[in-house]
Amino acid sequence: MSIAATIGEVGQQTLPSASEAGPAPKRIVVAFGFWIFLLSDIVMFSALFAVYAVLVHATAGGPAGAQLFNQHSVAIETACLLASSYTCGMMSLAIGSRRRAVTYVFAALTFALGAAFLALEIREFAGMIAIGATPQRSAFLSAFFTLVGCHGFHVAAGLIWLVVMMAQVAIKDFRPVVVRRLLCFALFWHTLDIIWIGLFTIVYLMGVAP
Amino acid sequence: MTDSPYDLAPGDTSIFPRAHGRAPSGVLVYAIGLVLAVVLTATSFWAANTPLLWAPGVPLGLAVLAIAQIGVHLVFFLHITTGTDNTNNVLALAFGLLIVFLVIAGSLWIMTNLNAHMMPSPELMNLQMQR
Repeated sequence: MSIAATIGEVGQQTLPSASEAGPAPKRIVVAFGFWIFLLSDIVMFSALFAVYAVLVHATAGGPAGAQLFNQHSVAIETACLLASSYTCGMMSLAIGSRRRAVTYVFAALTFALGAAFLALEIREFAGMIAIGATPQRSAFLSAFFTLVGCHGFHVAAGLIWLVVMMAQVAIKDFRPVVVRRLLCFALFWHTLDIIWIGLFTIVYLMGVAP
Repeated sequence: MTDSPYDLAPGDTSIFPRAHGRAPSGVLVYAIGLVLAVVLTATSFWAANTPLLWAPGVPLGLAVLAIAQIGVHLVFFLHITTGTDNTNNVLALAFGLLIVFLVIAGSLWIMTNLNAHMMPSPELMNLQMQR
């Protein structure tokens, strides 16, 4: 079979084709549906990115990004979110092999790193508001707080979701419905990291680039 | 190279052994992804802060690094690959990226065009857009 598996013959060997095999298993349908939701979420973020890009120079005499953004804080936030994406992947592997203790450990690490990210972001926002750079100050700051705050809100929602999922693992064990929800959570968490790549590049790094 | 009549769920690595060669273990896949992502992120932060590079070219370089890192995350963390068992996921992604491109590029194009053609008096321009 492996020898005959040239490119043109793939999928026509022993198993029936997708149309003959009937509906796909629920895990695939659920994850694909959630993938569609995540793509629509990315489209929503693209609208916020477009707003930010249009308004980035509309500072109305107020502070611009170069005066507000702290590179070190952003670097630590980025490291936290990237590491939490990795531990989330490790958690997915532990779920795949049904190891409960390892799942809890990596879920706790994912939660701690996500919470550290959120704490740093809230501290950054509080510092900006303390020096008068509030969302009301200029169109640039309105767009900034909308875009970055929307991502932060997603992270906060993800943290709550993670706690709920761990409670479900504790109470309901790895039954199929719980495993499907955990798969959706992992997709959500990795997608948030992808959005953060766009965020730190466009908002923070391009905002202070020489 | 699929042994299943269905596409994979996004985020799933194939549960079947590959027809030729061995599929890499999950731990290795995530580790490679992490290393690549860290290298790309560190390069981005370095490029934005170094005086060594030609400044006008830095934003373009940052964009390239970001797109590369998004690709790394898609392949190594979300397991969206070009395999035959991933067609549905890739097609959905391609449509999403088309919409993202239209929204961002279209908005910037229209607003730049509008600013260029409206030509308000300089005082009014300053009220709207402090540059």
